[in-house]
Amino acid sequence: MVNRRQLLLSSAMMFVPTLLFATAETQRRFVFIIQRGAADGLETLVPIGDPDYARLRGVIALDPARTISLGGSFALHSSLRRVGQMYQAKQALFCHAVASPYRDRSHFDGQNILESGATSPFARQDGWLNRLLVLLPTNRAVALSPTAPLALRGPAPVITYAPSGLPDAGDELLTRVDQLYADDAMLHLLWSEAMGAREMTDGAAKQPDPAAIGKLTAGFLAKSDGPRIAMIETIGWDTHTAQNARLERQLTQLDNLLGALMDNLGPLWNDTVVVVATEFGRTAAVNGTGGTDHGTASLAMLLGGAVQGGRVITDWPGLSPGALYQNRDLRPTQGLNSILASAAAQCFRLDPARTALSLFPGTTFDKTMAQLIVS
Amino acid sequence: MFQSAIALNRFGLGTRPGEQVTGDAQRWLVAQFDRFEPSPNAWLGIRDLSTRTVSPQARAELRQSAYLTTTACRLRSAMTASAPFVERLVHFWANHFAVSVEKGNVTLTAGLMERDAIRAHVLGRFEDMLVAVEQHPAMMAFLDQNISLGPHSPAALAAARNGKQRGLNENLAREIMELHTLGVRSGYTQTDVSEFAQALTGWNAVPGDFMFRPRTHEPGVRTILGRRYPQEDQQQAQAVLQDLAHHPATATLIATKLVRHFVADDPPAAAVAQVASAFRNSRGDLPTTYAALVATPEAWAVALPKFKTPWDWIVSALRGLGRVDIDSLNVHALLNQLGQPIWKPGSPAGYADTSADWAGPDALLRRVEEARRLANLGDAGADPRQLVDQLLPGVVGASTRSAIAHASSPQQGLALLLVAPEFMRR
Repeated sequence: MVNRRQLLLSSAMMFVPTLLFATAETQRRFVFIIQRGAADGLETLVPIGDPDYARLRGVIALDPARTISLGGSFALHSSLRRVGQMYQAKQALFCHAVASPYRDRSHFDGQNILESGATSPFARQDGWLNRLLVLLPTNRAVALSPTAPLALRGPAPVITYAPSGLPDAGDELLTRVDQLYADDAMLHLLWSEAMGAREMTDGAAKQPDPAAIGKLTAGFLAKSDGPRIAMIETIGWDTHTAQNARLERQLTQLDNLLGALMDNLGPLWNDTVVVVATEFGRTAAVNGTGGTDHGTASLAMLLGGAVQGGRVITDWPGLSPGALYQNRDLRPTQGLNSILASAAAQCFRLDPARTALSLFPGTTFDKTMAQLIVS
Repeated sequence: MFQSAIALNRFGLGTRPGEQVTGDAQRWLVAQFDRFEPSPNAWLGIRDLSTRTVSPQARAELRQSAYLTTTACRLRSAMTASAPFVERLVHFWANHFAVSVEKGNVTLTAGLMERDAIRAHVLGRFEDMLVAVEQHPAMMAFLDQNISLGPHSPAALAAARNGKQRGLNENLAREIMELHTLGVRSGYTQTDVSEFAQALTGWNAVPGDFMFRPRTHEPGVRTILGRRYPQEDQQQAQAVLQDLAHHPATATLIATKLVRHFVADDPPAAAVAQVASAFRNSRGDLPTTYAALVATPEAWAVALPKFKTPWDWIVSALRGLGRVDIDSLNVHALLNQLGQPIWKPGSPAGYADTSADWAGPDALLRRVEEARRLANLGDAGADPRQLVDQLLPGVVGASTRSAIAHASSPQQGLALLLVAPEFMRR
């Protein structure tokens, strides 16, 4: 019997064998950080040059003098100190006014589409990161959470790990659980993965603070026979109220996570691509309660030594009344899927068009984006 | 046959030693409606701490103490319930109408909402539960209703004269439509959400109670899903809620979620149709709806279709061990570790209800670690070889039986029982 994974591999090989497997072993590392809850791109990479920004944002508009200048029409939120340094070192690339194919405003549908890579919600059971994994010679990935998020679900094996403060269960019991699950396919698979992950961590960080998660992730990725792909979930981006204070905290934590990832990967950082993205953006205008409501386009960030950074890529639609999407949101002018597919393909030196088709079937790509990643 | 196991473990909260299904399993479940206690003594003693005026420093302590008291109450009810099917339904509805305590004052009121809006109406009518929940201070605080103002209300106009810009927050309106009643992609539009949010302005909470504030209510007629609402005051949103409660999409959403929770991750269409039709025909009478659910043949066809959530697992483990108290257990830290702290889903969608969301390698390892701890507590003295057939009547496989029989100690056997494939599922 041919299973789905073999089918994908062989169909891919029929089309473009040389490009797909240009290198037998890849040194490249790919990290996907999802911002659950609709992160506000307009406050993360602020369009200080847009005349409508301050008017729309009113009481929550950021003072340009207190942002990190990037020397153009955009400035970075002051909490993203390390990200700002990465930008200066040409290791951070920002894509603004981007959106997935989803055009409604439900978190749960929006995240489902962002992770599954489908064009309608709950249409697929597997995720685009798992489909990427299937294309790689070293097809292992790790999720820093107790269970695999949708983006990583699928036929290729995935380990999950989240720091636990519970006491150790004792080796003998663990062996007996292994026998207990011998006849249960699902539990046996999960258990083998749990034991595999346990061996890999050798007592790393126990506390789930952002820097520790960054360090832990780096630990997994640094193993020569370890995973090449990691996914990290962040929550708390749904800022309907008191947005300024909350985003300051959120972005500081994200910055700490990214900083720790960079510091602990050491020289491997030069082979690393980190993508940060969210399910959709927030309203262009402040709401009645010092926050913003569910919107459409937002920001995607690419970070890492392998990124051709120091740039903002955007076809800026503007924030004037006629320019907004449905009179309320930043209008999407670039497809997020195209950025994700291009970054993944270039990171692992895969054929861009074929990769895009595998990862995001059903998405129409007007163009894949060239030269995001160092070749 | 595994009918008893289904009644005790899937519809109920897990078997307690000595607990047995008497007579017909379906009738045994429905008979629990007569003995459910909406306010057992433990719950009655809970006081509303949100009405106290305290310093900011004392507030954190007050929140912590309110959370510990009310979650302990919930756990004790679950561990000792004599109507475990109804108790499970309470948990189901509390998750359907999820609030999350990482948001400020919700900590003080989440437990009260479960007692006064959910437990009080779990055997009543859906529309009454809906109104009680949406008017509860916990829900108002969680979904920002307290600070939403009609843009043309007297209060907003007065604020504007003082140079302050205040207005609408559509969070509650959207989640009522998307999560509590109609369901996402059921045909409502952004305009419906905004109109509903305006109708809801004025709905407000004072500590301890619902309150309508005419000064913040948006004046005028609202149109939602093509229907006009000319009412002038709090009746306007009330009328919208009534219509939402009886909308056919709501019946489908509730039926789908009930069947997913009680029958299978992928809800069989025939069972959903049967439950939705009972919900519609009875105008949202919940006992009639539950009886239809119990009567679906699909519910009795497969022994163990559902992977337990952490909450399900820990409650069934504590029941299985025959515990009645939680004093020495530090259950809160435990539920945190297992990934499902009480009233803290972090999202208005509540905790997910399918295997893929809970069955992960790390989640499994944590359950094994915790099973070992529970089995080694001094008072867990049962013989696992006998307990296994009591707790899992008719569903124990040979591997589990053999693993328990060959365990190196009774404690280890007990730990293996608590993580056996048959105990991880319901």
